Amino acid sequence: MFVDDAHRQAADLAERMVPPKWSYMEKLWMPIWDTLNIATLGTALAIIMAFPIAFCAARNTTPSKIFVRPIALFIIVSSRSINSLIWALMLVTLIGPGVMAGVIAIGLRSIGFCAKLLYEAIEEIDPSQVEAITATGASGAQKLSYGIVPQILPAFAGISVFRWDINIRESTVLGLVGAGGIGLQLDASISTLAWTQVSMILLVILGTVIVSEWISAKIRHAII
Amino acid sequence: MSTSRNWKRPPFIKNPTLRWGLVLGAAIYLALAFGTMEVNWSRVAEGATRGKRFIAAFFPPDFSSRLDSISDGIYESLWMTVTSTVIGIALSIPVGLGAARNLAYKPVYYFCRGILAVSRTFPEVILAIFFVKLFGFGPFAGFLALSVGTIGFYGKLLAEDIEDMDPVQAEAIKATGARWLQWLNYAVQPQVMPRMIGLGMYRLDINFRESAVVGIVGGGGIGATLLTSFDRYEFDSAAAILMIIIGIVMMVEYSSGYIRRWVQ
Amino acid sequence: MLRIENLVMQYKTGDQALKNVNLEVPNGQVMALIGPSGAGKSTLIRCVNRLVEPTSGNIHLGGIQLNKLGTRELRKARRRMGMIFQEYALVERLSVMENVLSGRLGYVGFWRSFFRKFPQKDIDEAFRLLERVGLDHMADKRADELSGGQRQRVGICRALIQDPELLLVDEPTASLDPKTSRQIMRLICELCEERHLAAIINIHDVLLAQMFARRIVGLQLGEIVYDGPPDGLTSDVLTQIYGEEDWEATIQKVEEEENGSEEQPAV
Repeated sequence: MFVDDAHRQAADLAERMVPPKWSYMEKLWMPIWDTLNIATLGTALAIIMAFPIAFCAARNTTPSKIFVRPIALFIIVSSRSINSLIWALMLVTLIGPGVMAGVIAIGLRSIGFCAKLLYEAIEEIDPSQVEAITATGASGAQKLSYGIVPQILPAFAGISVFRWDINIRESTVLGLVGAGGIGLQLDASISTLAWTQVSMILLVILGTVIVSEWISAKIRHAII
Repeated sequence: MSTSRNWKRPPFIKNPTLRWGLVLGAAIYLALAFGTMEVNWSRVAEGATRGKRFIAAFFPPDFSSRLDSISDGIYESLWMTVTSTVIGIALSIPVGLGAARNLAYKPVYYFCRGILAVSRTFPEVILAIFFVKLFGFGPFAGFLALSVGTIGFYGKLLAEDIEDMDPVQAEAIKATGARWLQWLNYAVQPQVMPRMIGLGMYRLDINFRESAVVGIVGGGGIGATLLTSFDRYEFDSAAAILMIIIGIVMMVEYSSGYIRRWVQ
Repeated sequence: MLRIENLVMQYKTGDQALKNVNLEVPNGQVMALIGPSGAGKSTLIRCVNRLVEPTSGNIHLGGIQLNKLGTRELRKARRRMGMIFQEYALVERLSVMENVLSGRLGYVGFWRSFFRKFPQKDIDEAFRLLERVGLDHMADKRADELSGGQRQRVGICRALIQDPELLLVDEPTASLDPKTSRQIMRLICELCEERHLAAIINIHDVLLAQMFARRIVGLQLGEIVYDGPPDGLTSDVLTQIYGEEDWEATIQKVEEEENGSEEQPAV
């Protein structure tokens, strides 16, 4: 290990990173757009898939406790255990590099997160409202749409926005394995030792994260 | 009897301009997003056969042929997870105390909040890239990256928890004439302890998952082994590694849930 | 019209909530079911519309044997039984109108209900009912913005729009103040009379039961121990239902109430 001269190296690196190469910004707009799309479309994908899984995993709505529920729970755990970067690594090997691999990676990683929070929300609903809808002679689908969905809608919106915020952060690094977004530029700049570009990219990531955090806080505030 | 009255469900957003504006905006966004997404369909089609091979590799996964590097990787990852959680939490306590508005003086508060903000913004992977540059390849860089990540996560939550604590209890202890450290020990610690133990377990869980990732940029651990097996298209070893990761995460999650229930 | 024969309900834990209950409610009769908590009042009415599955026994409504129905027929049969709940059980995040219209769910298909495209005659009926209970100006308010009494009125509308023959009412006044409780009870009884509905009203408040129902059934530990007119509720009978207590005050108070009820302002 090179621990002894680390402080010299750090100082050296810091020096080489200043000032950030401001002109590089014009080449970053497209990667930022891609990053944003990876996070947004990935979150959307995750939510669409998480919805039915959550209903299968919740004790009070699952079609079968012995068969369907364990499968749903296993999907949730596997999705959560594997980091989006590893999902991306796999997908790049399978379908090639690009934004699509990133979208799917973020989607697969987020299914577990969204489904877990969602099924916990489903398990906490007020059963008497569902009972009342049942008593009117409603069918199963109607019970879902009148008795259950209205109760979990706020949680659902909150979870989506929360995960979107996290996904912005995660999608900034997917490019390191070739799955699109601003991470591609970061990887390229580091491997060509273009340190002023690296610092510029880090500033941009910082800015994006702060803005997304602000937006999600605003939306969550508006919902609740 | 009253005459026929129409009824429509009141729209979610009352202002029609805003409502249709949002719908239109979303449509335009989706069109643009999909429009700029370049997909190499022939490459995707090619992936289907690889995908089949990859899925087939799970039945059965190959634990044996790369056993040495897998067990080394797991060992490194576990080492990284435990040390970074312990060191990270130890370091985050002073930072968290400093970042609690009701505890620290203004300059200290801003300084500590600054540390937390910086260490939280960048994903562990980016931190790992820099630590690899500074300290060379290997689990030490990964350990540092995870520790910094832990400080950001844990420090912030600790600070928030302290800010939310019951001021009456704190005042009561202060009124006994306790020293500052005694006051921390008797008034603050009991209030935040149960939740913080739970969060510590949760962070252990996160650190293990992240330890699988820092290896991709050279930070050691099981991630490095995984990357190698993907690069060599050894899908059956990769499947084995993924299953081990899922297994360990399940174990950590289960035991941390148990410990959290036990603490509260 | 409603005939319950040898109804037994045993929970998985082994507790018998209902032991061989026999009960007949003719058309248009409002019946109060009294008894201490845990006597099986709720279980009894939930067995009728099979929110709870009875262990054994028969339940007939009109010519139909309810406990033998398959899912589809059960849904059809449930339309004929309106239910009013203890804590209102409105879907809190839906509007008042949507809650009332949800009473028609048994009649309309899924997509129609999903897009809230109910037939105009249902909407007219909903407005008429809301007007009847004095809430037509609140149709588009969300249910959780309403007070307790208002919510229970919406619950009543939801049950009535089903066009039922029988009302199953589960502690309608449990979370209401005394004045609102009476208003709600009076409203339910008036509506039953207007529409010739039979009703089983679970109620733990003996006073209210005596004021509004002409037939009282006392349930104790899953068995019927009293079935008769309100003035037959003597101290002995109440002791049998609820246990040892000084009942004279309660009985006396009812008589005073009945004498003074002329001065009560109308709802």
